[in-house]
Amino acid sequence: MAIFEHMGVLAVTPGMIVMWLISVTLMYLAIQKRYEPLLLLPIGFGILMANLPLTNLMVPGEGLFWRFYHYGVQWEVIPPVIFLGLGALTDFGPLLSQPRLIFLGAAAQAGVYLTFFAASASGFTLDEAAAIGIIGGADGPTTIFLTAKLAPHLLGACAVAAYSYMALVPIIQPPIMRLLTTENERKIKMKKGRRISAREKLFFPVVASLVIILLVPASAPLIAMFMLGNLFRESKVVERLTETAQNSLLNIVTIFLGLSVGATMNAGNFLRPEVIFIFFLGLVAFIIGTATGVILAKVFNLFTSDKINPLVGGAGVSAVPMAARVAQKMGMEADKKNHLLMFAMGPNIAGVIGTVIAAGIFLTLLG
Amino acid sequence: MAQEVLAALAGNVWKVSVEVGDTVEEDDELFVVEALKMEIPVYSPCDGSVKEIRVKKGDAVEEDDVMAVID
Repeated sequence: MAIFEHMGVLAVTPGMIVMWLISVTLMYLAIQKRYEPLLLLPIGFGILMANLPLTNLMVPGEGLFWRFYHYGVQWEVIPPVIFLGLGALTDFGPLLSQPRLIFLGAAAQAGVYLTFFAASASGFTLDEAAAIGIIGGADGPTTIFLTAKLAPHLLGACAVAAYSYMALVPIIQPPIMRLLTTENERKIKMKKGRRISAREKLFFPVVASLVIILLVPASAPLIAMFMLGNLFRESKVVERLTETAQNSLLNIVTIFLGLSVGATMNAGNFLRPEVIFIFFLGLVAFIIGTATGVILAKVFNLFTSDKINPLVGGAGVSAVPMAARVAQKMGMEADKKNHLLMFAMGPNIAGVIGTVIAAGIFLTLLG
Repeated sequence: MAQEVLAALAGNVWKVSVEVGDTVEEDDELFVVEALKMEIPVYSPCDGSVKEIRVKKGDAVEEDDVMAVID
C-alpha cells in the first residue's frame, strides 16, 4: 500500500488546481496571444510544475528548480546577465541626440514612487511597497532583482504583473495618451537632433556608469552589466562577445529566469487577497508613469519653440521597445508622415536607466 | 520637378510597393520600412511618376537616405 502514499494524485489540493488554471492561462496568453511569450511560457510551465505535490522541485538544498532559483535569482546572477544582453542591444544614439528627452524618462518614474507611497499607505511594509512600485517601471529584470532582495515572497506576483502589463502596453497606454493630448499636439513633427559620432557612443557607457554608480552605488550590478554590454557593442572590436550577449547568453538565462520565477508561485504564497491588490497597484503605477511623461512634455512645450510631441513622453515608462512603438503608431494615426519612433526611443531608454536608479535608491534606503 | 523620397528613420526595406514608371498620388504607399520589428509605410510626398528606385527589398537604410525619386 505504500505506493499510494507516494502517489501525487492523492495529495493534490484545491489551491494547486487553481494554480494549474493560472498556469494554463499564462501559457495560453503566451502561445495564442503572443503576450511576452519568451517569459510567460517558461513562467507558466514553472507554475504548473511547482504546484504538483511531492515533487521536491522547490525544496531548499535539493530541488532542481530551487537550485535554479537560488543560484540564479537569489544570488542576483540572472537579472544582471540579462542587462548585459540588453546593453549590447541598446543604441544610445536617440537619447544622446536629444538629451532633454531624458527628463521624460525620469518623469515617468513618478509612477514608481507614487505607487510606493500608495502601497505603504494601504498596509504593505516598506519593502513590499518598493517591490510593488517598481512594477510601474515596466522593466522585468529590475523588478525581479529588487523584489528578490526586498520581498521574495512577492516575487511571482510582481514579476507576472510587470510582464503582463508590458505585454498590454499597446492596450493600456493609448487611451491615457489620447485623453491628455489634443489632435494638434499628436500631429507635432519633431526636429531631428544632431548626429551622434561613433566616439561619443563609445565614451557614453564608460562615463555614464561612472556617474550613475558614483551617485547610486546600489544600482551597480545592473548598471555595470548594462554598460559593459553597450561598451562591447560600441567598441566594434568584440563582435563575438556582443553577439553572444545579445543572443545565446540572453536566451539561456531567460529560460532559467522564467522557470525560476514561475516555480516560486505556489498556491500558499500566490492565492492571497493581497496579490489582486498588487496587480491593481501595478496597473496604477503604469498609468501614472504614462501620464506624467506626457504631461512633462506638454510643460516643456510651454517654454520652448522647438516643440516635443507629447506622445513620446508616454515612452518614458520603459517597456522597450513596445512603448516607443505605441508613440509611433499614435503619431502616424494623427498624421501619416509623422515618425516618432526614434524620438520615443530616447525617453524609452532613459526610462530603463531611471527604473534601475529607482531600484538602487530603494535598496539604499531600505535594504 | 523631381522630388526625392527620404527615409524617415533607419531600418530595413521590408517591401517595395511601386515600380519605376508607376503613376503615384501624394500619400500613396511607396515602401514599407521595418524598424524595431515595426512595419512603417513610406508615403509619396507628391503626385507624379516614379522615376527612380534606389533601394531593394532587404536593404538597410539610414535616416535621410534617398529611397526613390518622384517626377
